[in-house]
Amino acid sequence: MKGLKFILTGILFGVIMAKSEAVSWYRIQEMFRFQSFQMYGIIGTAVVLGTIFVFLIKKFNIKDFSGEPIEFKDKDKNWSRYLIGGSIFGLGWALTGACPGPMFVNLGYGYWPMLIVIAGALGGTYLYGIVKTWLPH
Amino acid sequence: MLELLRQPWPWYISGFAISLIMAMLLYFGKSFGFSSNLRTICSISGAGQKVKFFDFNWRKEIWNLLFLVGSVIGGYIVSQWLSTPDPMQLSASTINDLKGLGIHFDGGLNPSQLFGKDFATSPKGFFILLTGGALVGFGSRYAGGCTSGHAISGLSNLQVPSLVAVIGFFIGGLVMTYFLFPLIF
Repeated sequence: MKGLKFILTGILFGVIMAKSEAVSWYRIQEMFRFQSFQMYGIIGTAVVLGTIFVFLIKKFNIKDFSGEPIEFKDKDKNWSRYLIGGSIFGLGWALTGACPGPMFVNLGYGYWPMLIVIAGALGGTYLYGIVKTWLPH
Repeated sequence: MLELLRQPWPWYISGFAISLIMAMLLYFGKSFGFSSNLRTICSISGAGQKVKFFDFNWRKEIWNLLFLVGSVIGGYIVSQWLSTPDPMQLSASTINDLKGLGIHFDGGLNPSQLFGKDFATSPKGFFILLTGGALVGFGSRYAGGCTSGHAISGLSNLQVPSLVAVIGFFIGGLVMTYFLFPLIF
């Protein structure tokens, strides 16, 4: 089954995020209050190793499993969207203690009120789709 | 062995595994970015008929929805078989700061005061959770990605726009934590 590998990768993600407590509202508070290294350690390690992986993929022209070249798209350089959009995201991240991934990991963990947060996130995404053309990008 | 797995896992294991997940998805011909799923779900729900932004071939994104399903299962596995009854080790200063806001540390992953039945079913609680989610959903699409897409995938590819987005994440997070929390809680 072609899709199974994605489910398994997702399970690994969910287990890792829950076991390292990165899905914890408290840990996100600790991070925004600069009172623990945990979250910085997680993101920092992932970025350093991720940079090495990306570098190696580019340097050795590594192909994906179907033999296609792995392509990296450069993000467009419209600064306002990153700064404004990012700040709006940050407000919600600190308030709910969850970015999109952890919302779902927490739901699986048994925190059913995350369904309200997820409903809000879908509503927010929908709203963006409607007002997109009027926003500075 | 199982006893060891039940303990909280250190940050370097987690950081390593997250970079590995990113690399695995690249090897599968995809890229790591969770919030795209929110757009896909809107599209599947029929939003594409009214709003152009959601009018795209969502079938190409099914792989990411499977990843999402996996993440829910992963959370369930941990809560059922891989957790300890021990309270989380939260920094004493955070416990103290939150106490000042009237939020008590109860040892769980998330405060039952905010993610328990009473709060979630109260008008104020429902509104806070819904608004918080909406900010995340709106902001991640406006910024073109969330923590996985920008902080992990983008920074790993040395994208300056992603760095700006991450700075934005922190501006918003700090404003919420230091200025808005005292007004909300």
